[in-house]
Amino acid sequence: MPPAVDFSLDYAPAPESTAPVRLAAQYGLFVGGEMVEPASGRLAATTNPATGEKLAEVSVADAADVDRAVAAARSAWEGGWRDLPGAERAKYLYRVARLLQERAREFAVLETMDGGKPIRESRDLDIPLAAAHFFYYAGWADKLDYAFSGRRAAPVGVAAQIIPWNFPLLMAAWKLAPALACGNTVVLKPAPTTPLTALLLAEVLRDADVPAGVVNIITGGDATGAALVAHPGVDKVAFTGSTEVGRAIGAEVAATGKRLTLELGGKAANIVFEDAALDQVTEGIVNGIYFNGGQVCCAGARLLVQESVADAVVGKLRRRMDTLRVGDPLDKNTDIGAINSQAQLDRIAELVAAGVAEGAELYAPQCELPERGFFHPPVLFTNVSTAHRIAREEIFGPVLSVLTFRTATEAVAKANNTPYGLSAGIWTEKGSRLLWMADRMQAGVVWANTFNRFDPASPFGGYRESGHGREGGRAGLLPYVELVA
Amino acid sequence: MSDLLAVDASAGTADAVAGVRITPVDAVGLEQRAAALCARSIKTTSKGAALDLTVRVMDLTTLEGADTPERVKALCARARHPDAGDRSVPSVAAVCVYPELVSVAAEALAGASVVVASVAGGFPAGLAPLDARLAEIAGAVAAGADEVDIVLNRSAFLSGRYQKAYDEIAAAKQSCRPAHLKVILETGELGAYDQIRRASMLAMVAGADFIKTSTGKIGASATPATALCMAEAIRDMAEQTGRVVGLKLAGGVRTAKQAWHYLVIVGETLGSDWLGPERFRLGASSLLNDVLMQRAKLGSGRYQRREYFSVD
Repeated sequence: MPPAVDFSLDYAPAPESTAPVRLAAQYGLFVGGEMVEPASGRLAATTNPATGEKLAEVSVADAADVDRAVAAARSAWEGGWRDLPGAERAKYLYRVARLLQERAREFAVLETMDGGKPIRESRDLDIPLAAAHFFYYAGWADKLDYAFSGRRAAPVGVAAQIIPWNFPLLMAAWKLAPALACGNTVVLKPAPTTPLTALLLAEVLRDADVPAGVVNIITGGDATGAALVAHPGVDKVAFTGSTEVGRAIGAEVAATGKRLTLELGGKAANIVFEDAALDQVTEGIVNGIYFNGGQVCCAGARLLVQESVADAVVGKLRRRMDTLRVGDPLDKNTDIGAINSQAQLDRIAELVAAGVAEGAELYAPQCELPERGFFHPPVLFTNVSTAHRIAREEIFGPVLSVLTFRTATEAVAKANNTPYGLSAGIWTEKGSRLLWMADRMQAGVVWANTFNRFDPASPFGGYRESGHGREGGRAGLLPYVELVA
Repeated sequence: MSDLLAVDASAGTADAVAGVRITPVDAVGLEQRAAALCARSIKTTSKGAALDLTVRVMDLTTLEGADTPERVKALCARARHPDAGDRSVPSVAAVCVYPELVSVAAEALAGASVVVASVAGGFPAGLAPLDARLAEIAGAVAAGADEVDIVLNRSAFLSGRYQKAYDEIAAAKQSCRPAHLKVILETGELGAYDQIRRASMLAMVAGADFIKTSTGKIGASATPATALCMAEAIRDMAEQTGRVVGLKLAGGVRTAKQAWHYLVIVGETLGSDWLGPERFRLGASSLLNDVLMQRAKLGSGRYQRREYFSVD
């Protein structure tokens, strides 16, 4: 035997360069095709959650700013965008998609700096998918007359779109692309902790010669969002975020004639049958809950595993968790980056403590967390019952609760035992069981032998408290069109 | 339920374990994971350590009809000191030759840490009469082989005659003692990851000390996904039975970058315990020069011309 080697697989730091990103000290609002000073005169800092460093100051739009943005959108709509032939609108969308691809590295690095997600994810998923959505809906723009049999699809008007902090640019693309393809104009409000890629998108929109006022981007917090939703000049509201805020928006727009789509929280079941490909299941569970640090509305937060393989799966999972690399989001080898904000980190810590207090068994790998910034190790809870808070409430963090089942019927009952209904995962090598289960899942998205896979052609949305309306695919056009005979 | 390996292991060797569970493999998930592992970024000190490890787990191979004793002697000299100008480069793990040249290699490597490996057992098809195959294996060991690389009988395996495939490996294990037995699955001929997983379990249960991807004699050879598939089988074997089996990847591994992708796959799947020549090998003929070139570049910051590295 050749001499033994004492080798430990260790990766030297491999940080992605921040050189492509040029930050301004202060950002105005993108209204009517240009960056303008906010009437409010107020600014708020946006920080890098991995370091706590301030990245830039962005404007906080007030009611007057909202008014100006909605007026710009209205004027652009009436001034020609609504009457533009679909093929012409498509040209702009294709241009935006290509520009996003050209500047993909810059967008990916900025997304990671502002939001804390691993560069691997922003580089390989967020930015390419954002571009893909623009490409996809560009393709629909001149085919709307054929999308809904026998009926013509007319635009709705001015859309107010409020997006979350977990996939900032991707959510902007999900919202903007179908709205613009259908001939609407938009006022978009990114989340206060992650406004920078949306503001960079303003540059792309300008470079693509998108007519002034067709897309307006205003920044600010809850008050800005509330003013936007309540504005009488808005015809359509689209919101992605928490169920709590979604409810308030629903109440606000009730009986106003405004159309509404909501994409809210979730507590997805990831269901593993004993005949599944257990090694790929393990990867799928990890991708389901630790992707973007679990800060994903469709995260597979409840693992339902058939009792006969529960020990094997949990064993594999623990072992796999030990290899997860938590740390600098800009490092190309990082698997779990920073939690988006102190508030979110506190929320995760509170629910983890509740899990322990309620008697669930906690497992977390021994990993060194950076001294600065908001970080949380991946967590696995076993001995969880359906009554536990960690099995019922959305945690929005890297925390997995494991429950077991014996029969498919029991799996269905447990999976649907939630007020949410956004997504579900089913793992089995048996096709008939897959279809039987999928039919019974009360969830808008059901993944088969995979999890957290997204495609612009595939509709995404929820049941019950996860919201209503679909984004993606042909169904994603519906919220943005008025069907006329 | 995942199926059990249906072989009667009672007639097998003491090392063999019956009744192991075989888990199915999902191709999409497997390939996705392999691609993610190949995207790991290896820099600076990690790159240097990975390059040295690549040399130390290498089975420097020559399996040509045109092999000569002189060529094998030259190969053995390189195996001891891969870079004549830089004695800090470690020796490789083994030199792998046909049985005919085992004695030449054994003599050339006397006193070195480099061991002699021989392909045998009707390589590369494994379809010679069993007696002849077993005699060839015993002959290679008698001539001084420390390790023997045999092939799985794909004809038996693919037609569902698992018992026959199993029995032949178990018999080879007997003929091979005290040398180590590596069983080549020839993954490019198995048609599906499920079959690679099944063949891996079968070979391990039958007594393989190593399972190996390819002969290098057909077009399709080691890929990141097949390496991951086999590493997962080895991990499963260890979890189910405690038996520790090594992994050898061969065929088509030509660049240092490919090599450290494999180091990452093995390291992250099986742990650092597997990252040494006792449990991991890379079978290659042209890989060494690229590793030496990258190693020299890491030191000097510049690439040297190909002509600075010897051709054999």
